[in-house]
Amino acid sequence: MFMELKPPHNLFVDKIFKIIIITSAFYILILIVYLIIKLFLESGPIWQEIGFSFIINSDWNTIEGRESFGALPYILGTIVTSIIAMIIAVPLSIGIAMFASYMPKESHIILNFIIDLLASIPSIIYGLWGLIVFRPIFVKWFEIPINSTLGEHMWLFSGIPLGLDIITASIVLAIMIIPTIASVSREIMKSVPLQQQEAAFMLGATKWEIFKFAIFPYAKAGLVGASILGLGRAVGETMAITMLIGNATGVFALPKSLFQAGQTMSSILANEFIEASPLSLHISALIGIGLILLLFAICINIIAHVLVVRMLKVREGLINI
Amino acid sequence: MDKYKLIAENITVSYNNIISVKNITMKFKANTVTSLIGPSGCGKTSFLRCLNRMHDMNKNVKVMGKVVIDNTDLYLDNMNPIYHRRKVGMVFQKPNPFPTMSIYDNVTAGLRLNGIKNKKILDGSVENSLKLAYLWDEVKSDLKKPAIELSGGQQQRLCIARALAINPEILLMDEPSSALDPISTQKIEETIMNLKNELTIIIVTHNMQQAIRISDYTAFMYLGKLIEFGETKKLFTAPTDPLTAKYVKGFFG
Ligand SMILES: Nc1ncnc2c1ncn2[C@@H]1O[C@H](COP(=O)(O)OP(=O)(O)OP(=O)(O)O)[C@@H](O)[C@H]1O
Ligand SMILES: [Mg+2]
Repeated sequence: MFMELKPPHNLFVDKIFKIIIITSAFYILILIVYLIIKLFLESGPIWQEIGFSFIINSDWNTIEGRESFGALPYILGTIVTSIIAMIIAVPLSIGIAMFASYMPKESHIILNFIIDLLASIPSIIYGLWGLIVFRPIFVKWFEIPINSTLGEHMWLFSGIPLGLDIITASIVLAIMIIPTIASVSREIMKSVPLQQQEAAFMLGATKWEIFKFAIFPYAKAGLVGASILGLGRAVGETMAITMLIGNATGVFALPKSLFQAGQTMSSILANEFIEASPLSLHISALIGIGLILLLFAICINIIAHVLVVRMLKVREGLINI
Repeated sequence: MDKYKLIAENITVSYNNIISVKNITMKFKANTVTSLIGPSGCGKTSFLRCLNRMHDMNKNVKVMGKVVIDNTDLYLDNMNPIYHRRKVGMVFQKPNPFPTMSIYDNVTAGLRLNGIKNKKILDGSVENSLKLAYLWDEVKSDLKKPAIELSGGQQQRLCIARALAINPEILLMDEPSSALDPISTQKIEETIMNLKNELTIIIVTHNMQQAIRISDYTAFMYLGKLIEFGETKKLFTAPTDPLTAKYVKGFFG
């Protein structure tokens, strides 16, 4: 029998939907471009006065008449704290994710709940915890013993072990990004098809070998993406770092030892933005640092995005790692 | 000579407490090929997966009964199933090569899991296993190619090679030729017949002609039960059970 097909009025809805999506995508893009341009214009004086050597200078003098500014210590501060945090957080998070994907259902739910809860705690609480709970214990059992034994011989452990320093800030930072990395990694590992695990299992793989042969190779790019997502959080993190890093400025903030006070791009903004007088070179230097931080964050997100998209394509079998 | 390589006794499988395989007992002689036939959903895969404790992967599955390989019960509590699983190769219904690994690494995965690193041994095993699976000629010039770039049928033959590379004593195959074209199917059937000299094969198939061509024994399953199990010729020409008779004549399934 002949069946009459419905007229394709859905096409119209499709079109509107498409327009909405494109507009909102454009809106976000325009917002970011506007932000970059705005930050660049507002920080104009610093680029005019000092030029691009602002990025490689280390001085920081805010006294009027003797002003000189350099962003290098804070750029390095951000890089160093983020790297240390990643070194600590990535293996732990992947371990947690592995554990979570192997636990029986009930405890699984509890662990997932804890991970998601940790991810939603405001960073100032982490900062307070770091300051009040973690710092005294860490100084007593870790910093003082290491500093007194190795401090004289290794620059890495020299300085005064007060607990307001790069390593304390980095560790608390690591704790903050673990939930993010762990929960994304968990989802990625869960998405590895069962048939893959069966293949390894059939060959006589142990639990660990199943991870090594079936899960990691398949999830590799996604796990890198998850880690970079955590890195994005680490780079932007402000409150907890500001509370724990000791807030040095200028050449004193150049990271040399784990037990020295430092400063990151976001913490110097938090520390000095309110005090800086409007229209001063100081404020344009701070805005310049904000611009660098934004570009950092954008790059990291682009890399993460590219890796995750690649991973999805690998799953569909379009490309291979 | 009634030397049984593999004995499955009173096997019952349930998924979330729903029984899929009911109290099946079968004995498999060494160096024979046995086909499992029966309509879709009758529990062939479920039963096959008991024979190397593949169900351990899934926590919702309960297996009862005994599987004895070389006089050892696989399901004893103090048994390390990994050692025995390495004696039992398996080819799955859907091809599942490791997609990111090369052809070479796929074939050697089992050997590498067993700690073999010697390149000569690995090279030899790759060539030998791929030849047995009739894939060698198509891929020998490009062993570094990722497995995902092979066609579905090639991937299935790669999985067969991967299973053969660990020199199993028993080979379980779950519809291995459902993704293959007639020519590769014929070649795989030849491989199975040749391999019979070295190992014991149990194969699930929907293709009754295939069962007749390659197997010494055939088992017919229906709704989770073993209806009839005997010599292939007898099962197809003079079945004792009316259900079997109906099925092999193509009346249902
Ligand atoms: N993972 C699972 N979870 C729940 N039930 C399952 C699962 N796998 C199989 N079953 C059920 O067990 C029964 C037997 O399935 P099985 O896969 O063993 O059948 P089969 O004979 O291999 O079928 P086919 O020829 O279609 O592959 C079916 O009723 C199916 O619904
Ligand atoms: Mg099946």
